Amino acid sequence: MNHLRLIFVGVFLTFASAWLGIVAYSYNNLGHYLPVVSEDTGDIAPPPMSGLAQQGQRVYAANGCVYCHSQQVRQVDVTTSDILRGWGKRPLVARDYMHESPAFLGIMRVGPDLANIGERQTNAQWYHRYLYEATTVTPNSIMPSYRYLYKLQEIQSNKPAEDALTLSGPHAPKAGWEVVPSADAKALVAYLMSLNHNYALPEAKEPKLE
Amino acid sequence: MSQGSSISSLSPTAAKPDDADRHELAEIDRSTRLPVLVFFGSAIAWLLVGSLLALITAIQINFPSFLDCFGITNFGRLRPASVNAIVYGWASAAGIGVGIWLMARLCRVVLQYQTMLVVAALFWNLGNFIGLFSILGGYSTSIELLEYPSFASIFLFIAYAFIAIWGIVLFRFRKRGQVYVSQWYLVGAFLWFPWLYATANMLLVWHPIQGSAQGPVNFWYVQNLVGLWFVPLGLASIYYMIPKIIGHAIRSYQLSILAFWSLALLYNWSGMRYLIGGPIPAWMTSVSVVASILLFIPVILVGINHHGTMSGHYSALQWSPTLRFTVFGAAAFTLLGLQTGVMALPGFNQVIQFTDWNTGHFYLGIYAFFTMTIFGAMYYIIPRLTGWEWPCSSLIRWHFWLTAIGITMVVLCLSFGGLIQGFALGDDKVNFVTSIKLVSPFRLTAAFCGIFIVFAHLLFAANFVLMLLKLGTQRDETMAELPKGAIRL
Repeated sequence: MNHLRLIFVGVFLTFASAWLGIVAYSYNNLGHYLPVVSEDTGDIAPPPMSGLAQQGQRVYAANGCVYCHSQQVRQVDVTTSDILRGWGKRPLVARDYMHESPAFLGIMRVGPDLANIGERQTNAQWYHRYLYEATTVTPNSIMPSYRYLYKLQEIQSNKPAEDALTLSGPHAPKAGWEVVPSADAKALVAYLMSLNHNYALPEAKEPKLE
Repeated sequence: MSQGSSISSLSPTAAKPDDADRHELAEIDRSTRLPVLVFFGSAIAWLLVGSLLALITAIQINFPSFLDCFGITNFGRLRPASVNAIVYGWASAAGIGVGIWLMARLCRVVLQYQTMLVVAALFWNLGNFIGLFSILGGYSTSIELLEYPSFASIFLFIAYAFIAIWGIVLFRFRKRGQVYVSQWYLVGAFLWFPWLYATANMLLVWHPIQGSAQGPVNFWYVQNLVGLWFVPLGLASIYYMIPKIIGHAIRSYQLSILAFWSLALLYNWSGMRYLIGGPIPAWMTSVSVVASILLFIPVILVGINHHGTMSGHYSALQWSPTLRFTVFGAAAFTLLGLQTGVMALPGFNQVIQFTDWNTGHFYLGIYAFFTMTIFGAMYYIIPRLTGWEWPCSSLIRWHFWLTAIGITMVVLCLSFGGLIQGFALGDDKVNFVTSIKLVSPFRLTAAFCGIFIVFAHLLFAANFVLMLLKLGTQRDETMAELPKGAIRL
C-alpha cells in the first residue's frame, strides 16, 4: 500500500470516529448535569458535597482507595448481585457522579463497594477504627492499616480527647496514651460518610427484586 | 542470531545484500545509537523499579500488614506507582526506542539531530521521576493509568511531542517507495498516542470535566493506551523481527492490510466494555461489546499471518533469543485479543468484572504480549547499536524461561482466581470475606511467581550492563551471513 495520504487519512478518521462518538459525546451529553430540585420538599439531588468531604475526596485519591473499592451499583439487567448484597437500593446513573472529581468508578473489588457506605454506616468511630486497623472491625479483613493518618499522643490532664478512638485488644494504645485522627483522617471519614445515593432521581427507578 | 542481518530486504527472493547495502544499514544503526540506548537503558532501570514495586504490592495483598506503616509504602500508593513505572517508565520508553530504530531502518534514513531525541528521553524520564514521587508522596490523581499529576504529565507530553515529530519526519524522508506493514503501525502509534494522551489529560487531569462524564473518557483511554499504543508498537516489532530472523517474507500482505484497518477502527470503540452495567448510556456499552467481539477478526488474521510465516521455521527458536521472545509475544497477542472479546460478553463480564481477572488481563497485555516482544527486539537491536554481541548466553536463556514461566503462571493464577472470586461475588449468599478467602491461594501463587520475574529482570539488566562494558565478543559485520554469534539456547 503506497497511498500515503490514505494511511494518514485512515489513521486520522478511525481515531476521530471514537473520539467524537465516545469522548465528545460524553463531554456534551454527560458532562453538563444539573441537580434535581424537588418541588415538594426543596431537596437537592444529588446533594452538594461539604467542603470537608471535598478535602476527604483528595485524601481518598492520595491513598489509592479506588484500587480496591469500586463505587458502582450496576444495572439490574446486567446483574442484581450488587443490590442483593445491600450495596445500594438502585443502580447508579451518570447524574449521581456530577459532584465527584474524579469519579471513582473503580475496576477492582478487593474490598466491598463503597457507593453507599455512608448509608450503611453512620458512626464516625466505626470508620476511624476501620481505617486505623480493619481487623478490629472485620476479623478477616485484608485492608491495610492507615494508621499513618492517626496520631498517638499522651492523654492530657486525665481527660481523653473527644475524638479519640475507642480501641481494645492488641491494637489499643498503652495506658495514658490515646489515638486521635489527623485532619486528613477526619476529612476522609467526612467524605466516606457523604457517600450516600439514597435519593430519588427521575431517571433512576428503584427496581423490585425477588 | 546475527544470521538475520544478512537479509536486508524483507522479500525472500531479493538478492543477497552487497557491502554498500550493509554499510548503509550500519550507518543508520549508528545514527540511532545514542537516543535508542538512552531510552533502553532508562527503560530497563524503570523495569527493575516497577517490577520490584509490583512484587511488593503482590506480597501486600496476601499479607496486608507488610510495610503498611508509612504512607509512601502503603499498598494504595505502591500499586499505582508500580503500574505507572511499568507502563510509562519501562514499556512506553522501550517501545519508543524500538519504534525509532525500526522507523529509521525501514525508511533507510540516517537519523539527524540525535541530541533532540536524547533531550526528549531526559524529559520523558524527568516526567516519570516527578510523577512517581508525586504518587508516593500523596499527589496521585487516582485516575486509572493517568495517576501522574499535571506537573508530571506535561513533561511526558512535551517529550512525546518531540518523539512523534521525529518519527513522522523520518517517515516523510524515507528512501524506499514500498511502505512495509511495520511502518503503518508505527505511523499509527506515533500519531494516536499524543492525541490520546493529551485528550485524556486535558479532560481528566488538567481541566477536569464533570464527574458524570469522566468514567467513559477514562476507560476510553485505558483501552486505547493498549490498543492504539502498545499493540501497534508491539505488532510493528513482530512484523519486522519474524521475517528478518527466519529470512522469509510475511505470509500475506493483504491480510496484514485488512488486520491493520480493522484493529485501528475496532480498538477505538471497544473501551466501554469496562463499564458494562455502569453509569453510561446503554448504546455506549453495546457498541463496545460489538467492537470487542469483532476484534476476533483482526486478531485471528494477525495470528494466522504470524503463524503462517513461522510455519516450517520453528526450529529457528533454538538459536534466536529474539525469535523466542517475539513468538511468545505474538502468541500472547492472539490470546489478549480473544480474551478482550470474551470478556466483553455481558454474561461473562458480570462475573469477572471487579475481580483479579482484570489484573491478569492487564499483565497479559502489558507483559506477556508487549514486554516479551520488546525483550525480543532489544536482543536484536542492542548488538547492532553497540557493535558487541551479548556477553552471556546462559543469562539470556534464564531470562527467557523465568519470564515465560513466571508470567504464564501469574496470568493463569489471576484469571482462575478472578473467576472463582467472580462467581462468589455474584452469589449474594456468599459472604464478601469468603470471596477473598477463596481467591487468596491464587494470589499467593501469583506473588511467588512474581519473584521469578523480578529475578529474570535482574539477569537481563546484568547482561545489558556487561554489554555496555564490552565484555562480550565484538560483532563482525562482514561475516554477518554466517551464523556466527548464533546462540545455542
